[in-house]
Amino acid sequence: MPAVAETLDTVQSVTEGTYKWGFETEIEMDFAPKGLNESTVRFISAQKKEPEWLLEWRLKAFATWQKMQEPRWPAVKYPPIDYQDAYYYAAPKKKDGPKSLDEVDPELLKTYAKLGIPLKEQAILAGVEGAGDSPSEGGRMPIAVDAVFDSVSVATSYKERLAKDGIIFCAISEAVHEHPELVKQYLGTVVPPGDNFYAALNSAVFTDGSFVYIPKGVRCPMELSTYFRINAKSTGQFERTLIIADEGAVVSYLEGCTAPMRDENQLHAAVVELVALDDSQIKYSTVQNWYPGDAEGRGGIYNFVTKRAQCRGKRSKVSWTQVETGSAITWKYPSCVLLGDDSVGEFYSVAITNNHQQADTGTKMIHVGKRTTSTIVSKGISAGKGQNTYRGLVRVAPTASGARNFTQCDSLLIGDQCGAHTVPYIENRNMSAKVEHEATTSRIAEDQLFYCRQRGLSEEDAVGLIVNGFCREVLKELPMEFAVEAQKLLQISLEGSVG
Amino acid sequence: MNTVVHSGAEGFLHRFEGLRARLPGQRLAWVQALREAAAAQFRAAGFPTRRVEAWKYTDLRPVSDAAFDEALTILGDGDTLPAPRGERRAVFVDGRFREELSQLDGAGFAVGSLAEQLPRLEGRLGALARPAEEPLVALNSMLFEDGLVVTVPAGVAGGVLELRSLASRSERPAAFHPRHLIRLEAGASLTLIEESTGPEDTRYLHNPVFEIELAEGAVLTHARIQREGVKGFQLGTVYARIESGATYDNFTLNAGARLVRNEIHAVLAGPKSACHMNGAQLLRDGQHADTTTVLDHAAPDCASRQTYKTVLQGKSRGVFQGKIHVHQVAQRTDGYQMNQALLLSPDAEIDSKPQLEIYADDVKCSHGATVGALDADQLFYLRARGIPEAKARSILVEAFLQEAIEGVTDETARAALDSAVAGWWEKEAA
Repeated sequence: MPAVAETLDTVQSVTEGTYKWGFETEIEMDFAPKGLNESTVRFISAQKKEPEWLLEWRLKAFATWQKMQEPRWPAVKYPPIDYQDAYYYAAPKKKDGPKSLDEVDPELLKTYAKLGIPLKEQAILAGVEGAGDSPSEGGRMPIAVDAVFDSVSVATSYKERLAKDGIIFCAISEAVHEHPELVKQYLGTVVPPGDNFYAALNSAVFTDGSFVYIPKGVRCPMELSTYFRINAKSTGQFERTLIIADEGAVVSYLEGCTAPMRDENQLHAAVVELVALDDSQIKYSTVQNWYPGDAEGRGGIYNFVTKRAQCRGKRSKVSWTQVETGSAITWKYPSCVLLGDDSVGEFYSVAITNNHQQADTGTKMIHVGKRTTSTIVSKGISAGKGQNTYRGLVRVAPTASGARNFTQCDSLLIGDQCGAHTVPYIENRNMSAKVEHEATTSRIAEDQLFYCRQRGLSEEDAVGLIVNGFCREVLKELPMEFAVEAQKLLQISLEGSVG
Repeated sequence: MNTVVHSGAEGFLHRFEGLRARLPGQRLAWVQALREAAAAQFRAAGFPTRRVEAWKYTDLRPVSDAAFDEALTILGDGDTLPAPRGERRAVFVDGRFREELSQLDGAGFAVGSLAEQLPRLEGRLGALARPAEEPLVALNSMLFEDGLVVTVPAGVAGGVLELRSLASRSERPAAFHPRHLIRLEAGASLTLIEESTGPEDTRYLHNPVFEIELAEGAVLTHARIQREGVKGFQLGTVYARIESGATYDNFTLNAGARLVRNEIHAVLAGPKSACHMNGAQLLRDGQHADTTTVLDHAAPDCASRQTYKTVLQGKSRGVFQGKIHVHQVAQRTDGYQMNQALLLSPDAEIDSKPQLEIYADDVKCSHGATVGALDADQLFYLRARGIPEAKARSILVEAFLQEAIEGVTDETARAALDSAVAGWWEKEAA
């Protein structure tokens, strides 16, 4: 049982309240002037040498944002955010492409190493010429990585290999230049700029993110992955991801994120848009591990994210899997709009809040097409002084005959200072639809703990084991590499919550 | 000169200005203060709109757009009252107590009209109601004229008491806002069967508020049968405070009215207390029924059970919102909630929002919700045994509702609910 051994190892190596990814990299950066106004938006657009239509789009979003109110309905508390007291653009200084790894800024390489990105991918990410040519490494199927460092995508690996199948995987800023017709056709069609306060903010100032297009009938030969990293001080990260699966395409996409430890709160307001056409499948997995703040609740990332998928095609399928362990505050509802007949939406989530973390997360399943089905499995774990809310909507439109939903929300409480809340909304306007919702809240059973302790496990390990069991239904949905990482994270996140 | 007809919140505030000097308790400083405060709260809040989270699914515009008058009751229209269900009965016509129609002798406990007893109710009236949070309760506090006051002394078994509310036929829409105060002292018990009816062709608003206090070990069974006329509105709010070892058993049947809101705020305030809230909503074309419950577990070792069922016909809309709030002190809470809806028509809509808010760790809380049509397999099973379609459907609907009703332990209350449900379905089948 190497996985368990590894897990125990990690737990032992980490002392209470530490965050492995809390380092800061000193790299020369370009910043936009602090603050947010029309000229900030123009500056970002100019930096990216964007076409006129995109600048117009951003300015329109900015004007909309200025008229909007910050949402107050989530069950989270935080002091007012000063949107003028942050940098909206920060990018590592661009030099000519290095010839080998030795020429790469060692600080950037150290960052990748600490993030656990393999050397091969490191070379590709750092832009070493010719590094991305040989696709496989010791027979293992590689993962194509797009690394986003503060505001910009620093590199994308395995582009050539993917291009052979006609797959486009690049930074969205690059896609704007290389594939303007696709970007123009799909950008903002799933999450319109005025959708909500943070989506509007993102539309105005988004800096980078990933763009994926899988052509008709292509099954993407490797997992695609983005690594997000907030590094610079006082910056907000506003990335935008757009994934399009054309007819019959299949893709699995992974997203990971980390940030340095700081006493201040930093804002992360991303938008992710997924479009699934006829018979296509998109699997989107997230391991969110932004810095959660210290044990006293100082610092940490405000993670205010809008993620939505449109199953436009018949028999299309979108599956969201998320493991939310980081961030001081998480506010996100990855959703599926099931437009195509027989389309399928899935949402599997584990959210952990420890210390002073707050999470208000869930999903929306909007059934429009006939015989559409959706499944929601949400596992919330609260420890310390954490507050964890599941908020979800299942809506069946009059057109969605034969629609089917099943929702299961379970909450686990560890300690008597935390809270677990469940707020599902069910709206059904079609008599042939069937909607089922179940929710339970409980704490770790004494007899389970006793059983483990009796067999020589420490209390902490026993809790880890039970929590992993509690989350199994969700973890098994994750791709292999992520599942191992997620298990470790669960353990670390619960450090110091028992005993 | 034209007479200005005021509608909505303004209309009620206007009436309060005009009626102020004639409302009961006008010479009591505390009543005046209570009404003035409520008027200020109602003026500030107005009728809740759908932008208010608690009113997301219920649009009050049919009520707020209408202009209502003071009820002008014609004497003698209580003649057609059906036979009483128990020995004692309190009858209210248009929100006013009618002694000549009531039978309260030999009750063994204090029961009477709120208007008469008002001087002795300082500190009791308004002890539980929260007009600052609920605009409709503010409206009631501002304009209440009468209500039922019941005090069952310690250890007394009160038996069955019937509360009948009738709306009379009138030219102009009438509104009435009774305030009912029910108090059971330690170890006392009572079965309160409440039935509201009204004419089928008259628009009116019935806006009752209950304040229910249950002392240690008291047991109250409260069966509410709402069969208001099809043009009527009922917006009712029940507040209940349940002390240690006491049990509050509420069942609400919503079968009438064009628009109904049944809102219950129950607080389990003492250890080992229990609250059962069950209900059924039977809706026909054009009806809207909303059951909203807020259950506060504010003490350890308490149990709560909720089962709500909605059956929808025609173009009707059913709403269920149920919140269980478990405070940090409420360790060893056992909470269960189930709400189910049966859609019998393609035009019906059901909205459901069960909600758990939990701050204690040693708890067992669960909720469930299902929405769907009649099970085709079950229907087939019955048809295969020679049961005609209509009969088969009625068997299944009845079985669906029975699950909620069988939770009512008091026999008189259950019999009353059973016959009300049967009555609704017979009319439906006819």
